[in-house]
This record gives sequence, structure tokens and C-alpha cells, in this order.
Amino acid sequence: MARAVSTRRKATFTVAAWAIALAIFFPILWTFLTSFKTEGDAIASPPMFVFFDWNLSAYEAVNQRTNYLKHFWNSVVISFGSTILGLVIAVPAAWAMAFVPAKQTKNVLMWMLSTKMLPPVGVVIPIFLIFRNTGLLDTRTGLVIVLMLINLPIIVWMLFTYFREIPGEILEAARMDGADLRSELLYVLTPMAMPGIASTLLLNVILAWNEAFWTLNLTAAKAAPLTAFIASFSSPEGLFFAKLSAASTMAIAPILVLGWFSQKQLVRGLTFGAVK
Amino acid sequence: MATLHSRAAARLMITPAVVLLLGWMLIPLGMTVYFSFLRFNLLAPGTESWTGLTNYYFFLTDPSFWDAIRNTLTLVIGVLLITVTGGVLLALLLDQPIWGQGVARVLVIAPFFVMPTVSALIWKNMFMNPVNGLFAFLAKSVGLQPFDFLGQAPMASIILIVSWQWLPFATLILLTALQSLDTEQLEASEMDGAGPLNRFIYIVAPHLARATTVVILILTIFLLSIFAEILVTTNGGPGTATTNLTYLVYTQSLLQFDVGGGSAGGVVAIILANIVAIFLMRMIGKNLDA
Repeated sequence: MARAVSTRRKATFTVAAWAIALAIFFPILWTFLTSFKTEGDAIASPPMFVFFDWNLSAYEAVNQRTNYLKHFWNSVVISFGSTILGLVIAVPAAWAMAFVPAKQTKNVLMWMLSTKMLPPVGVVIPIFLIFRNTGLLDTRTGLVIVLMLINLPIIVWMLFTYFREIPGEILEAARMDGADLRSELLYVLTPMAMPGIASTLLLNVILAWNEAFWTLNLTAAKAAPLTAFIASFSSPEGLFFAKLSAASTMAIAPILVLGWFSQKQLVRGLTFGAVK
Repeated sequence: MATLHSRAAARLMITPAVVLLLGWMLIPLGMTVYFSFLRFNLLAPGTESWTGLTNYYFFLTDPSFWDAIRNTLTLVIGVLLITVTGGVLLALLLDQPIWGQGVARVLVIAPFFVMPTVSALIWKNMFMNPVNGLFAFLAKSVGLQPFDFLGQAPMASIILIVSWQWLPFATLILLTALQSLDTEQLEASEMDGAGPLNRFIYIVAPHLARATTVVILILTIFLLSIFAEILVTTNGGPGTATTNLTYLVYTQSLLQFDVGGGSAGGVVAIILANIVAIFLMRMIGKNLDA
């Protein structure tokens, strides 16, 4: 039964929570607003909140002066490419560990997790040299491979926690009815596993989209995704607030929308099932 | 029941993932350790030679190394203090019956989805800039001198930026944990006359302890490797004021091309991260048995 709550108490908490929530969200809102200003309005003092001349000049400038679309496309290819490749490798592995658990399963899972604890800076030099010698430096292929590998443990773990919740009896029943491994996978497991796979895809695309160590260190002009493109605004370009805001808004908007859909999965994925 | 046939199939299905991760771990790791014993500079190719522990000696006696260790710890502990305390308070607040709870939660989580380079540049330019930033305007409007955040208090500024990024994560996980709390237990304690403070100390806090530990450990793993935020705001400066271990290794190896020295730093970073990882793995492993 829900506890009866006095309206006054509820109002107090509502005001407090909303005030803090808006304060936390404010930098994003401010960026969004600024992206529609002219450079002059963007640094106006006192600052202009909504009563300014809304226009798209900053967006036009970003698209004319830089190759924004190329970097956007790089981000799409790298984040989706690495995640889909990771899923192709992880789905069979997680399936096997969830439905045919062996003595070693727990150890294998824990060991996979431990690779995630490796600080990137501990392996960046060899990877950089290998990439330089094999021509993978500043290529989307190279980044797809690296981001797939760094997210693979999370992908396997997330899928494992989802698959584990599928009752094994259903698979046994299918087997009794004469389903072989292939049809078991195709007609029984896949439909039940789809929501879990979709959530895993979503969260890992977000993580890959925002990854900013490998993308900054392994790319230059050609394969740079948005993380690296935005970094080029660090100075003195960043002083053009409207353009910085327009580029930033375009870089974060798609992922912000995806992110809001994946709140629940975020907890499961990033705590490796330790908090649900 | 699993048959021999399905066991063999299972092993086959796990193999690609295991082989890939094994390669990803062992090959570069082995190379880093090997390089750390070499005199190896990319500007002088072909002159690599074995130097034993010299790189470690130079790295560990370099004052910038100890600065980097201090900066790394300051950054990690500073951000942890803010995000964990803030996260607990915010989770408790958002767990109260409020109007528009869903929307408020969405607003709070948003910063987590902003890529690190964007959030760092937004804060650096549009808020902390001493001339045109919003903070400068606020200071001037109450008659204060604008404060040059990244110049005067670079580390504190970076802690603020990084905390803004990670507060949502802590809040979200703690809120999820709070919502799994058995409300009947709370109601029973309320009927028995326990006040809000006692309810928090004896029921809510113990329930949150586990989630808090998980948050601290996972955050630490991520915070030890903070890089992009430093790169686009201070470049590790002024001086070495904001150079953490990750950034130091980056400057040594990829900017100064000293592969040997950088690798020695990388090995030190791995050892540091492992100390944290051991505790985290134990927590997660326990959960796997349950």
C-alpha cells in the first residue's frame, strides 16, 4: 500500500528535486540555447536566455567550415560497427555460459571482467606501434577493432545476465520436441533474447560513441569521430561559443535521446549485474 | 541436462571471445612490460637496447611522477567525495514521492551521456572562462572579481567538471538500489516508532552499503584513466598541476616519443589499477554465486 503523503511535504520535495535537477541539466540547456545565437549574442552581458534572435547561423558555419558530416559518419560507423561485431562474438559465448554452465564458467567470466580493469594507458604504446606498422592508425577499421575489444567484456556480461534469466526448461522442452541446436537458437532462444540483445546494443553504442581515450590517440584527420572533432575546438576555436555549442549539440543530441531509453540497462551493464 | 555434445559446442562458442580477449590482454601487455626495460625512443629508431630497470629508476625519481601520483589521487578522491555524497543525497531525494519524478530523473542522468570532450569544453569556455563565462558574469554582477578557474584552481576545476559527468552515474545506481528496498520493512519500522533518522541509519544505509561500494570501485577504475578532460582543458598544466598518471604516460610516450619511459609508467598505472580491481572483482564474484 502506498503511504499517504501530505501534499505540503510532497510539494517541498518536488521543488527541491526539480531545482537540483534543473541545475544539473543547465549546462546542456545552455549549450542548446547558445547554439541558436549569433556569436555576438552568445557572449552578451548580461547573458540572453530565450529572448534573442534565434537563428541557425552557427550550425551553418560549422557545416561550411568543417567536415562535420564526415566526423558524424565516422562516429556512427565506429560505434555501431564495434558493437555489432562485439555482439557477433559475444552472443554465442554468453549463450554457452548461460545454458551450458561448466565448472570454469565463473572463472572465465571473472577473467573477462578483469581485462576491463586494464588501464588503457598500460597498453596504448604497443597498440599505437602495431597500428602504425600495419597501417591501421587513423582508420575506422582500427578503431572498430579496439573499441570492440574494450567493450567485449561488458557485452558478454550484459548478455550473460539477460540470458541467465531465460528459463532453461524452455530449451529442454524444445530439445524434447526434436529441435536441433540451430532451430533451438533461431526459433526459441532468439525471440526471447532479443530484448536483452537490443539493450546491450544500445548501451554499448553509447559507450563507444563517447569513448575518448582511444579515439583521441589513434586518429588524426581522416577517421576522427566526433569526440576528436570536438577536441579540435579546445583553443582558440572554443572561444566562438555559438559554433562550439552548435557542434556540441549535434554531437550529443542523438546519444542523449538513446541514453534516456537505456537508463535501466545502464545500471545493469556498468555494474556487471552487481546492482539491478 | 547438458550432454557431451552440447559441452563441446559450448566450448567452441566461447572460444572466439576468449582468444580475442586473451590476445588483447597478453600481447600489448607483454610488449609494454618488455619496452619498459628498453632504451627505446621513436626519434632514434634502431637504437633500442636493454637497460634493465633504468626506465623505472628515472620514472620513479622524476618529480613529475610523484606530482602525477598526487594529482591522480587528488582527482580520484575529490570526485569520489562529491559524486558519492551527492549521489546518496540526490538518490534519497528522487526516491521521495514527487511530481514529475520521471522527468526529473531524466534531467539528472543527462550529463552522463555527454561525451567527455564536449562537457570539458562547455565548462571551460562557457562557464569558467574569466572574460565571457557565465561564472564571470555572476561574479561581476555581485561585485566580485571574476575568477580564472582553470588558471587559479586547475585541479579543483577539473574535479568539478568530472564530478558533473559522473554524479548521474552514482545517483542512478544508488537510486536503483533504493528502489529495490523492501517497503514493508520500512513501514513496519515506522509503525514501531522509528524516526526518519533511525530508519535511515538502521535500514536504508545498510541496504545502500553494497551499491555504494560498487559505485566507488567502478568509479575509481574510470577515474584513474581520466584523459580527455585534461587534454582539452589544461593540457596537464599549468606546469604539472593537472597531469595525472595517464596524462604523464601520454606526454612521455606519444609526445616525447620516449617509449621505454612511457612503458615503465604504463606498468606502474597497471599495478595501481589492479589494486582497486582486486576488491571490485571480489564484490562482483560474490554476487555471481548468489
